[in-house]
Amino acid sequence: MNYNWNWGVFWAPSPDGAGTYFDMLLAGLQWTIVTAICSWLIALCLGTVVGIARTTGSRWMLLAGNAYIELFRNIPLLVQLFLWYFVVPELLPVQLGNWVKQLTYGAFYTAVIGIGLYMSARVATQVTAGISALASGQRMAGLAMGLTKAQVYRYVLLPQGFRVILPPLTSEFLNTIKNTSVALTIGLAELTARARAMQEFTFQVFEAFITAAALYVALNIVVTLLMRYIERRMTVPGLVAGG
Amino acid sequence: MFSNLDFSVVSNSLSYLFFEGMTFTLMLTAIATVGGLLLGTLIAMIRLSSLPVLPQVAAAYVNLMRALPLVLVIFLIYFLLPYVGQWVMGASRPIAVGALTSSIITFTLFEAAYFSEIMRAGIQSIPRGQVEAGYAIGLNYRQMMSYVVLPQALRNMLPVIFMQTIVLFQDTSLVYVLSITDFLGAASKVAQRDGRLPEMYMFAAAVYFIISFTASRFVQRLQARTAIVR
Amino acid sequence: MKSMSRMAKAVLFVSFVATPTMALAAGTLDKIKETGKITIGHREASIPFSFLDQNQKPVGFANDICLTIAEAVKEHLKLDKLEVVLTPVTSATRIPLIANGTVDLECGSTTNNLERQKQAAFTNTHYLTANRFVAKKDSGLTTFEDLAGKTVASTSGTTNIVQLNNYNAEGKRGITIIPVKDHAEGFLMVETGRAAAFVMDDILLSGLVAGSRSPSDYALSEDALSKPEPYGIMLRRDDPEFKAVVDAATAKLYTSPDMQTLYAKWFLSPIPPRGLTLNVPLGEALAKAFANPSDSADPDSY
Repeated sequence: MNYNWNWGVFWAPSPDGAGTYFDMLLAGLQWTIVTAICSWLIALCLGTVVGIARTTGSRWMLLAGNAYIELFRNIPLLVQLFLWYFVVPELLPVQLGNWVKQLTYGAFYTAVIGIGLYMSARVATQVTAGISALASGQRMAGLAMGLTKAQVYRYVLLPQGFRVILPPLTSEFLNTIKNTSVALTIGLAELTARARAMQEFTFQVFEAFITAAALYVALNIVVTLLMRYIERRMTVPGLVAGG
Repeated sequence: MFSNLDFSVVSNSLSYLFFEGMTFTLMLTAIATVGGLLLGTLIAMIRLSSLPVLPQVAAAYVNLMRALPLVLVIFLIYFLLPYVGQWVMGASRPIAVGALTSSIITFTLFEAAYFSEIMRAGIQSIPRGQVEAGYAIGLNYRQMMSYVVLPQALRNMLPVIFMQTIVLFQDTSLVYVLSITDFLGAASKVAQRDGRLPEMYMFAAAVYFIISFTASRFVQRLQARTAIVR
Repeated sequence: MKSMSRMAKAVLFVSFVATPTMALAAGTLDKIKETGKITIGHREASIPFSFLDQNQKPVGFANDICLTIAEAVKEHLKLDKLEVVLTPVTSATRIPLIANGTVDLECGSTTNNLERQKQAAFTNTHYLTANRFVAKKDSGLTTFEDLAGKTVASTSGTTNIVQLNNYNAEGKRGITIIPVKDHAEGFLMVETGRAAAFVMDDILLSGLVAGSRSPSDYALSEDALSKPEPYGIMLRRDDPEFKAVVDAATAKLYTSPDMQTLYAKWFLSPIPPRGLTLNVPLGEALAKAFANPSDSADPDSY
């Protein structure tokens, strides 16, 4: 290969004045993590609400929940981000739109909302599946004991349902981390964006992207181990085969 | 609000959007699905085999691909492939690889990791007894795989495979980052030239939605029809 | 493993079919001769150098220069037919794509500097331009000093964004820099109010303003972050045979009267997609650069 490898480039100062190129990638990793966690909180909250709505037995709630899921699942994430970033501010009243557009961390807020909503559709499917997986006798037993519907969800269905779906939720969280990279198209300076910027400044294409890839793999391993620990602690004996 | 939207920008560029953009998107989706499925099945079979070392290598590949964001892989392979070609062919200069070829290879390699997980589940869904019965009537491994296991695995997994293809169809929009003229790339080029982002991106979202939604409805019906009665 | 051979062959077959025509030749000239193809990288919105017309076909000043080069290559190799393949590139992808052989000539608005000469070669200079910004007139931003604390866009992978980064870091000016994919997107950031200014080469900014819906709303900065820097067509480095042909072809074109016609066609006459005229007369320094073709990266030599 007639490519000039230069791994020492990571210790050279980067033009953004914040330190070396390696510091630049680490700063990108931080944005990736922060964006992923904030998006994930939105995804969990909305996904739980929509997921529950689909199990309440109300026909309208089911239809509304299904429509929500289909809407966010059938448009590519990149297009959804463009809608939030380029289209929505134009449809708002002019002053509000201008305020939105001049936010300092506009790309970050947009990414958090866009990715959060996109992932919430996937979380909702899991939540519905988790609740449906429980024996229907549990709901009836709860109601028979005199619990309200809300109490049945709060004390019977959700605690068990969430434990059942912990493994798929882990992989959805890993997807959220990966999806933050799509936000580089709206200018979010996350890990992949930093790797690309580094490649543009130094022309060391492969050093930049390979190191970014290694950081993603490391993050993936850390999250997986952490979630496995939580899964083990949370397992309901007899509910999930093999734990 | 909506009053200053002008959708004539869409109607004026329909042929460019569909004949150039959508053709690229659909071609990439189709070829990468077939390629990813073939490679994925191979990887799944290697992972389930009792060969030395290879199953670990295959597993490592799948885990690596599943840990990386697609955007990063798209960049990396677009820049890396010519050097790989040079190394494979023993040429003295990097080999030119076009945008379509590069995208096909990227998506095939990437999706193969996901398809392999689907096919692995499919193969494992075949009861062990069938395999033993196959051997008992004198089939060898290849016959048993191609006549007993794989056809059923494929059939069981068909809905999941189609769902993955719909995901792939949406993911192809990410080639936007390389300025390739897929459907979204075509839409954004027109949108930026004419300063009509809202109209164009709303239209693009609607097109992606209609196609994906229709396809997933079709898959749900297929799922009901192909389910093997157990 | 024997049992898997059919599947393995199928995969091998697919990957073989999917593999493009291989050129085992050494230099770019040999490759072009063998494949009968030359690949030209073009831009989306480097007006008027390389951009898309109303039919989304790449056109422009640099594009025309490259077609002349392709013609010269065809003559040099004594080919009956030479297919010109046009591939889109961005500021961020152009250098890796030249280096990895995807593109043979990059025809656009690439600044020739010493840093880049470590990655790619440049032929004779075809334009000189300085790094400025565009902002809405009513914003009152006229000099780079005014950008402190503002959100500013610039195209990723350009010398402009590097200079802007350095300027920002040196003076601790607190500018938030949004990297965009291409110039049209950068200008849209200003047009839609996402960014206060877009930092880019002044000629490209003039092109974007002229093509906008209300050109009178925008103004270019009074000062510049750089001296006028040379643009060159980019090609692979360490390929002296190809560079010699390209240099000879551009030198012949630049010193001929055809160059005045070509310049007038793109800078003084209506251009697609909307038939606007840039009206940028040929400057003294550039006229000198055409008369004495040079591939120097030093702004002071012009």
